Amino acid sequence: MEIIKNNKSYDVVIVGSGAGGGMATKILTDNGLKVALMEAGPFFDPANPEQRLHLKWPYESPRRGRGTTRAFGDFHASYGDWNLDGEPYKMVNDTKFYWWRSRMLGGRTNHWGRISLRFGPNDFKRKSIDGLGDDWPIEYKDIKPYYDKVDKLIGVTGSKENIYNEPDGFFLPPVKPRLHELYYKKGAEKAGIKVIPSRLSMLTKRINNDRGVCYYCGQCGRSCGIYADFSASSCLVFPAQRSSKGKLDVYVNSMVREIRVNKKGIPTGIIYINKDDKKEYNISAKIIILAASACESARILLNSKSTYHPNGLGNSSNMVGKYLHDSTGADRMGFIPDLMNRKTYNEDGLGGMHLYSPWWLDNKKLDFPRGYHIEIGGGLGVPMYGFGFNFNTLNKYLGLEIGGYGDNIRKDVKKFYGSTLYLAGRGESIAKVDNYCEIDPNTKDKYGIPVLRFNYKWSDYERNQAKHMNETFEEIIHNIGGHMLGDAPGQDKDYGLKAPGEIIHEVGTTRMGNNPKKSVVNKFEQLHDAKNVFIVDGGPFISQADKNPTWTIMALSWRTSEYIVKELKKQNI
Amino acid sequence: MNRRNSIKTLLVTSLASGLILEGCLPKEKEIIYEKIWKYQYGRTPEEKKRDLELLNKTFFNKNELSKIKILANLILPPSPIGNIEKAEILKFIEFIVKDVPSYQTTLRDGLIWLDDYSKNTFVKKFIECNKGEQTRVLDLIAYPNKNKTKEEMFFSTLRNLVVTGYFTSEVGIKDLGYKGNQPNVWDGVPEEILKEHDLSYDKSWMSKFIDQSKRNEIAVWDNKGNLIS
Repeated sequence: MEIIKNNKSYDVVIVGSGAGGGMATKILTDNGLKVALMEAGPFFDPANPEQRLHLKWPYESPRRGRGTTRAFGDFHASYGDWNLDGEPYKMVNDTKFYWWRSRMLGGRTNHWGRISLRFGPNDFKRKSIDGLGDDWPIEYKDIKPYYDKVDKLIGVTGSKENIYNEPDGFFLPPVKPRLHELYYKKGAEKAGIKVIPSRLSMLTKRINNDRGVCYYCGQCGRSCGIYADFSASSCLVFPAQRSSKGKLDVYVNSMVREIRVNKKGIPTGIIYINKDDKKEYNISAKIIILAASACESARILLNSKSTYHPNGLGNSSNMVGKYLHDSTGADRMGFIPDLMNRKTYNEDGLGGMHLYSPWWLDNKKLDFPRGYHIEIGGGLGVPMYGFGFNFNTLNKYLGLEIGGYGDNIRKDVKKFYGSTLYLAGRGESIAKVDNYCEIDPNTKDKYGIPVLRFNYKWSDYERNQAKHMNETFEEIIHNIGGHMLGDAPGQDKDYGLKAPGEIIHEVGTTRMGNNPKKSVVNKFEQLHDAKNVFIVDGGPFISQADKNPTWTIMALSWRTSEYIVKELKKQNI
Repeated sequence: MNRRNSIKTLLVTSLASGLILEGCLPKEKEIIYEKIWKYQYGRTPEEKKRDLELLNKTFFNKNELSKIKILANLILPPSPIGNIEKAEILKFIEFIVKDVPSYQTTLRDGLIWLDDYSKNTFVKKFIECNKGEQTRVLDLIAYPNKNKTKEEMFFSTLRNLVVTGYFTSEVGIKDLGYKGNQPNVWDGVPEEILKEHDLSYDKSWMSKFIDQSKRNEIAVWDNKGNLIS
């Protein structure tokens, strides 16, 4: 196919507009560089009335919010979920791996939970602690200044807790817990579990005059129309567009296929497919930054084959795609009789929990090596499709009749509204070389680009951790007089451990390291094999801690962007 | 075909062929879209196309819809706040069976069974039965045990859709007492409710929480991360 040359050339082309790409766009344009930002999906602005999703009522959807085309519900701000039409992926043998993609400006930062946790000092050197996996080539002190800067630029709630591995930051004040969260606190503390205010990237207090302050509609998952939560589009890309004075071009509906190299094997730009005319274009840039998500960036590298890079670009180590890992997860629900027959009031609050529990135990005394944190849900939330299904099965805990029709339905629905507590563990898994993604030689997507296939197996480390999560949840629920819903998932069900990819924290595919034979990028996220190519998504992670990855992606992206500016000045790249 | 339907057909056909109302002026397109589809909320073009295709299909016939209407009213009788009609239950159910086709057989077969049973027992169709006769039929299928019969499965499914449709409607949300989905300032659980539950906010925690009177002041920290504004 003919490749049309784009006559514009740039200092930097950035592939992907989510957390990592958005941050690199902001920092590099602030430093006066000419940037092309590539996004595979359409332009998205949560404040645009035609795209707006928040403050809508369930009856404004003909399916009352059912997640028919969006896995997390009709109003959820993600264009795409674990399945995308015409863009398949494969799983090898009995692998289960689910890959979430959001094709839109801002990517997955539009719909995420905004739980924004720094990694702690131990999270960068797990091998030194338990002998498993690897240490990072950087330490907490290297990244701390960037976490601080991200806190101040983006905004995150929290409280000073002085917990060694849960470092404090520059916090906005948290908000008071909801009723079910106070019940959780009671039950958890009785079980010896620490409970602290949540750390969420939502503005409880103004941080500048470009963004609004939270008005507590509880709908951050729909992306905030007044920019009071963090999305890479509203908080990074739009400000960069405003301040860059024409030095930033945003290419939407532009699906990047590969990195182009010259006759000497040196990367010179990218090739992308314009989804509107289906033609291929070429963009030249001095520096190429991949931020397409851990797996998509690995895919682009593996598809960038040339005489000099027969294995794909950056893959002389054969490490691209290897060490893929996601957070672990297991969820349970409990029914709390003390929360029946509630008086209703507006309990929407922030778009997430107001309290949570960071990891509180020492793994040396347990049969699994890494920790997890506990997330909670419940309360007088907005009823959506599915609300009231099997409306009175909870009657079995009260010795009352189940089923029926007539006025008892109305009575029972109100009786049980807000009486359940949802608990979720999100933990650290062990990154392994044999969990990986690779190119499937037989399948292409609708753009003609070879797709990924996944190889992934959990080990007993993760299964034992999920078992512990379940036991913990049961203890908490029983401590507040509740009943667990459903049977405890046993060994045959991996103790309820979710399939990898389901927690949407997949990282590790282009790992960082000092040894070019065992890693893809160096500690500045720069390819060992090509000094003008960088990766600023979750790919370079050595280990995904029992935290959420976004804050670390952004802190590293900021650090890498500053490094690029310095190296350019020194004419090293 | 009336004008409304012909516009629908025109729109759906042109969408399917990739020509989105090419002949219309932009403003005209907007008006047509607004008129036939009241649901406007951040859809992608692919989602809009799918919704319009569903809208242009009909699943239940009139006879089936009248039966569903009777059943829905038996499941959730009117209250001073809301009823099946105001909650637009029939419109919702007609849409959701096209959105989720796996519902179709269960519901259609169940509706046929209702008539078969009524004819055998009362020598008339379900719709012609009086309320007492109708509830006698429901009593057979509304209290299932663990292993549901086909008919119990039908009734559970329909009941789920009626209940969820009602409580996600404008009147149902009022009936439930949900108070949110509007700008406000959260400052904790009302005092009297905390008391009822014998709970309170930890005194040692109070200094951590936001002082809502200062929410609009721009955040400033000292160099140790203490908020000073």
